[in-house]
Amino acid sequence: MSAATHVHGDHAHDHDHGHGHSEAHDHHGPPAGFTRWLYTTNHKDIGTMYLWFACFMFFLGGTMALGIRAELFKPGLQFFDPEFFNSLTTVHGLVMVFGAIMPAFVGFANWLVPLHVGAADMAFPRMNNWSFWLLIPAALLLIGSFFLPGGAVASGWTLYPPLVIQQGMAVDFTILAIHILGASSIMGSINIITTILNMRAPGMTMMKMPLFVWTWLITAYLLIAVMPVLAGAVTMLLTDRHFGTSFFNAAGGGDPTMFLHIFWFFGHPEVYIMILPAFGIISQILPAFARKPLFGYASMVYATASIAILSFIVWGHHMFTVGMPAAGNLFFMYATMLIAVPTGVKVFNWISTMWKGEMTFETPMLFAVGFLCLFTIGGFSGLVLAIVPVDITLHNTYYVVAHFHYVLVSGALFAIIGGVYFWLPKWSGKMYNEGLGKLHFWLSMIGFNVLFFPQHFLGLAGMPRRIPDYALQFAEWNMWSSIGGFIFGFSQLIFLYNVISTIRSGKPAEQKQWEGADSLEWTHLPTPMPYHTFETAPIIK
Amino acid sequence: MFLKHLRALVAPIATLLVSTMVRADYHVDILPPVTPVSRDIYALHFGILWVCVAIFIVVFGAMFWSVFKHRRSQGAKASQFHENTTVEVIWTVIPFVILIGMAYPATRTVLEMKDASNADMSVKVTGYQWKWEYDYQQDGVKFLSNLATPRDQIDERDGKVGAPKNEHYLLEVDNPLVVPVGKKVRLLITSNDVIHGWYVPQLGINQYGIPGFVKDAWFTIEKAGTYRGQCSQICGKEHAFMPIVVVAKEQGEYDAWVKEAKAKMPAPAPAAAEAPAQVAAAPGPAPAVAADPNKKWTMDELKAAGEKLYAANCSACHQPTGKGMPPAFPALDGSKIATGPKAGHIGIVLKGKSGTAMASFARLSDADIAAIITFERNSWGNKTGEAIQPAEIAAARK
Repeated sequence: MSAATHVHGDHAHDHDHGHGHSEAHDHHGPPAGFTRWLYTTNHKDIGTMYLWFACFMFFLGGTMALGIRAELFKPGLQFFDPEFFNSLTTVHGLVMVFGAIMPAFVGFANWLVPLHVGAADMAFPRMNNWSFWLLIPAALLLIGSFFLPGGAVASGWTLYPPLVIQQGMAVDFTILAIHILGASSIMGSINIITTILNMRAPGMTMMKMPLFVWTWLITAYLLIAVMPVLAGAVTMLLTDRHFGTSFFNAAGGGDPTMFLHIFWFFGHPEVYIMILPAFGIISQILPAFARKPLFGYASMVYATASIAILSFIVWGHHMFTVGMPAAGNLFFMYATMLIAVPTGVKVFNWISTMWKGEMTFETPMLFAVGFLCLFTIGGFSGLVLAIVPVDITLHNTYYVVAHFHYVLVSGALFAIIGGVYFWLPKWSGKMYNEGLGKLHFWLSMIGFNVLFFPQHFLGLAGMPRRIPDYALQFAEWNMWSSIGGFIFGFSQLIFLYNVISTIRSGKPAEQKQWEGADSLEWTHLPTPMPYHTFETAPIIK
Repeated sequence: MFLKHLRALVAPIATLLVSTMVRADYHVDILPPVTPVSRDIYALHFGILWVCVAIFIVVFGAMFWSVFKHRRSQGAKASQFHENTTVEVIWTVIPFVILIGMAYPATRTVLEMKDASNADMSVKVTGYQWKWEYDYQQDGVKFLSNLATPRDQIDERDGKVGAPKNEHYLLEVDNPLVVPVGKKVRLLITSNDVIHGWYVPQLGINQYGIPGFVKDAWFTIEKAGTYRGQCSQICGKEHAFMPIVVVAKEQGEYDAWVKEAKAKMPAPAPAAAEAPAQVAAAPGPAPAVAADPNKKWTMDELKAAGEKLYAANCSACHQPTGKGMPPAFPALDGSKIATGPKAGHIGIVLKGKSGTAMASFARLSDADIAAIITFERNSWGNKTGEAIQPAEIAAARK
């Protein structure tokens, strides 16, 4: 059970294989114009579209977040009606979860899974095309609902009844959008699982796969398990709204709490759907810049699987204030605390990967180390929140907001950004501007912490989330948080500029831009990559 | 070059911020606990925080040692080790042991906070969009608790300058929950419409009120004082504006308060027809209109009272202009219900409309409802000319 890294080292010299491809297959290049993107079944094109879609949604959701921070800059209502503010927090959450983070990871999977396992493309290329293009109508429904009478859904992204039953037709649009997104995710997952299990190159055993592939394999199973659960939950909302059922209405024999149980049975694995691929990306970046194999490859695989399995039995920790019996609260507390063990193993393994390495700190490495620092802090606040009595005093406060942004922004998002910097030279064939990348990192790092660290204090002092106006004792930290928010938000424009200018006019990148990188795309394929790769599978020794 | 520009930009902002910092309230901690449970929570939080800080120092110490020492510019050469079963077992087992150490005191507190038995008194707490109702099960006192902060302190939109904000801006109510010090008070928490969260940090209570279900929580306040909180679960438009204030008084003062509050309860209509009219002003349950059901009211009296009641109960959704915020909150100005047959208007106010935010207002007195409906039917563009009498409401209730 040795790490994948050892195996490919010998192949670094094996360039001619890839070059042969690029010359022999010019006539296989992409067709020009819009139809290239509409009809494409090429995993690279589809990956690119997923990433640009995620980028667009990220800036859209970020704009909503800046609206929220502007309103919260000082006490009093300055800009928005409270109902519109609620729509902003709700749609910000939905857009970032379903529109930005998840599609970005699927984009990475599309680009990297075939390259990492030595496959020519995804297993079901046409379904791959369809699962991307489904995102567009879903996004239109979700965003378009802002323009409906009554405005977008304003119940919080968790869509709790009975509040969501009261609201306008935006809820129906959102439910339909969730159904479509779920279908897209399930198709994407089937594709990824099939590709990984059936299309690995000869010699690419499971325990030789790059960890990124492992994390996505496990994530895809999570998606298949829980997306139908979410679809069921929102369908029950729909029939409660329009067809006279009473799943969540006590007057008809139902129970609002049941929605919470079903939603979080989806919702907690969903949290790991958004972080496991990030673990995978970080596990590719850190060894490359430490110039040292990933420490504890096998235990990383087992830890990822344990986290995924545990994620199915901890949903109740989102519901400690619902009034479950003591035994229920205790069970969910113990199960939740248990997750700290495999998560700790991962953090220790990453640090051991860095230990006695020969590190350099290009932008991807900066984001990876940033991830490691801040995700660990998010893990600590998660541990604090696992303790039922402490959670009860912090539930639905800004402490929780701080916690999940440490995990999802400096966790998932930092990994995505670091991954883009890491693979952009390979994907585009051009090198990004390192100075701008470092500037982007440091502004993000500072902005992020000014934005979210004070929110721990706000939560401890009792400021609830999802409120457009607040008592005076919360004013100072909110002001700081808003300042950090604007620094963080606007510094992402540097990223956008850097990516676009790289693609348009970057200097040519090398085949192995990062000397410590060792997966197949670096060792076996030229830069720029041909449109079709690994049409003949490489032999992995 | 860039840094210079940045400094030029940052310096004045920093000066501004530092000047506000001097007088500012930078609270970084859980608020002082005042019940046995919240003291346990406070101790638990600090215990876990210090454990986390200790782990943080070890983890970040190792990480930053590595970041500074094991870098190429320091002349480091990469080792190639990639596993070590011994350390991997150690760092799996040690966190496990630490977690057991954390779970033990947490379990004790969970069992303590869940035990609401043998309470000295019970108060039923009902969440409404967007106010709380407190119903004292033993003392027979029942009233609504509304936000007391005036709207003109809140609204600063469209260039409006907000009025100077009160000290307890958004955390002040007309009628606080008053309880005796040192007594075990059991709360029976529920809701009338959507899920609310009854959250007072210093009491260590954060409990959803779920429509159709009653959940309990308890506290014993050790020190007389005023403790503030607010709704913790998003419940619609005015979620930020339904605070909770708990006033803990010594037993003697509490008893006096109960007496006073009882005297202010609206007469149970229509049986107590001769009950003297109450004057609305003092704290406690205070109908804006006297509750003599047989009295015939004039249009002007009803409209004047109705306007105040409308502002307190209706205008958050239907707006002071009567234009509402369609489609969730329909306009009353020119609406079919507010200009059509009065039976329909009385019906919707008494019963609400299921599947919408329109709740039942049957808890208000007959006179209050009559005043509100009269106001709505004779304001803005609505000119029905009808003065609705409390007796009509009483009849419609049957």
